[in-house]
Amino acid sequence: MLALTVKNLTKIYPNKLTALKGIHFSIAQGDFFGLLGPNGAGKSTTIGILSSLVKKTSGTVRVFEYDIDTDFEAAKACIGIVPQEINFNPFEKIMDILVNQAGYYGISRKIAIPRAELYLKEMGLWESREKRVSQLSGGMKRRLMIARALVNEPKLLILDEPTAGVDVELRHSLWKFLTDLNKQSTTIILTTHYLEEAEKLCKNVAIIDQGKIIKNASTNSLINDMAIHTVILKLATPIHSLMKLGNYFCRLLDNLTIEVELLKNQSLNGLFDELSKQHIQINSIHNKTNRLEELFIRLISENKASSL
Amino acid sequence: MIFSPMINSNKNSIALQTILYKEIMRFFRIWTQTLLPPAITMTLYFIIFGKLIGKQLPSIEGFSYIQYIVPGLVMMSIMTNAYSNTSSSFFGAKFSKSIEEMLVSSMSNYIILCGYMFSGALRGLLVGIIVMLVALLFTHLYIHNAAIVISMAILVSMLFSLGGFINGIFAKRFDDVAFVPTFILTPLTYLGGVFYSIKQLPPFWKKISLINPLLNMIDTFRYGILGISDVNVYDAFLLTIFLFIGLFMWCLFLLKKGVGLRS
Repeated sequence: MLALTVKNLTKIYPNKLTALKGIHFSIAQGDFFGLLGPNGAGKSTTIGILSSLVKKTSGTVRVFEYDIDTDFEAAKACIGIVPQEINFNPFEKIMDILVNQAGYYGISRKIAIPRAELYLKEMGLWESREKRVSQLSGGMKRRLMIARALVNEPKLLILDEPTAGVDVELRHSLWKFLTDLNKQSTTIILTTHYLEEAEKLCKNVAIIDQGKIIKNASTNSLINDMAIHTVILKLATPIHSLMKLGNYFCRLLDNLTIEVELLKNQSLNGLFDELSKQHIQINSIHNKTNRLEELFIRLISENKASSL
Repeated sequence: MIFSPMINSNKNSIALQTILYKEIMRFFRIWTQTLLPPAITMTLYFIIFGKLIGKQLPSIEGFSYIQYIVPGLVMMSIMTNAYSNTSSSFFGAKFSKSIEEMLVSSMSNYIILCGYMFSGALRGLLVGIIVMLVALLFTHLYIHNAAIVISMAILVSMLFSLGGFINGIFAKRFDDVAFVPTFILTPLTYLGGVFYSIKQLPPFWKKISLINPLLNMIDTFRYGILGISDVNVYDAFLLTIFLFIGLFMWCLFLLKKGVGLRS
């Protein structure tokens, strides 16, 4: 079953800005889907339309087979939204925010209160339940937004840059939480600027640029299809010049660091053989940048060049 | 199956209760800004206009001046409080973006509207009761027709609550929330027969006054309490119901279009 089907979705704002140019994509139930793109690409407009805060110009959107125009109550009941911007009443208490949000979905207080307790505990906010939003730190507000989005137990959770401005520790704990949630069959759509995050979490990604989807595939196949990726080797002992390493294109960055471009048909084993022949000892190896990030930058550049 | 009409109606009822509970808690939490000021203002009105100045004025159709102005002041309090509760609360939710909590939920537009309308009306009626109780400290009153008093008070409180909702939808700044009450509602209320009978006006101004819908509402309420009126009570009811239906439909249209709420 498809969790989301988007067909020919177009958005033209009143100032004539065309934010979406007839995009198509679908997401299977249980997927962890990344919607990636540079600023102004159309990610937030897409999320806005799914959450009904932005009115589409044309196209169709179906959430678990419910059309958002004709079956909007049923469609919206399936969705939980974590917006990019903090949108709380600063004077409201944390517990009240969750119980009220459940109430808006028609969930009685009897069910909502234990559910709010569960998600506040999951998010480490239970001790702060009587605090007002204005008393919370930025990271706590982010976690509260996730708890609020979960209180109606949505089948489709949409997160618009949930880890923006969040410290590393909290980011990792949120990643674990979202992975576990996805394993329990919640379909997740994530927009993020952290491509490491997308690579780590998403099973499938779509890259959107200038209102068009320019790539839509599984994360693994995208990475496997990369023609080139660059690795950095840290040496155990310094060298002053570098001989040719077989067919590998490499250059010495400093006397302890080598950069190697690996073509799709070249393996790391072959590279290590060449290094051994020259008695070069390696201390560590890592990708020059995140692999998805390399691909992302290349695709966006190509799209920009082709649209000129 | 999940969205059968009966389950839907139960969900809508819970959603409506949630908005009502939240809004009522809000105006009780800030009672020094919502309930106390009208009580103090009206006490001053009763002392100054009712006791000090009113003592020197002749009776109007057999009632003392203070008795004459009580229904108008009660109605004025209902109107202004119902209006300001909805306009400020709805605009505040828009300003903090917390209105998105409701907009993204599965709740229907009419539930959002009814939630705000009923909560604004409740505050208006509560303030009306407080003002009436304060009035009883200064004079005695008999209810001529309780059905008219209650039905007009409820109708007007809901009507002005809808007016505040529209103000909240169109407002872009806090200044916009104060504009209509200051420059439109207050003059119309003061010229709507709160403090005088339009029979005392020259014929031209009497005709002009009759166009003022607030006069019709205030005078009908006065008829319910004192049994005297400058307007036709049935026409006034029809006008108020017509305005109520018109504003309700307009609010629903604005919500459906997402004016000021959805981009």
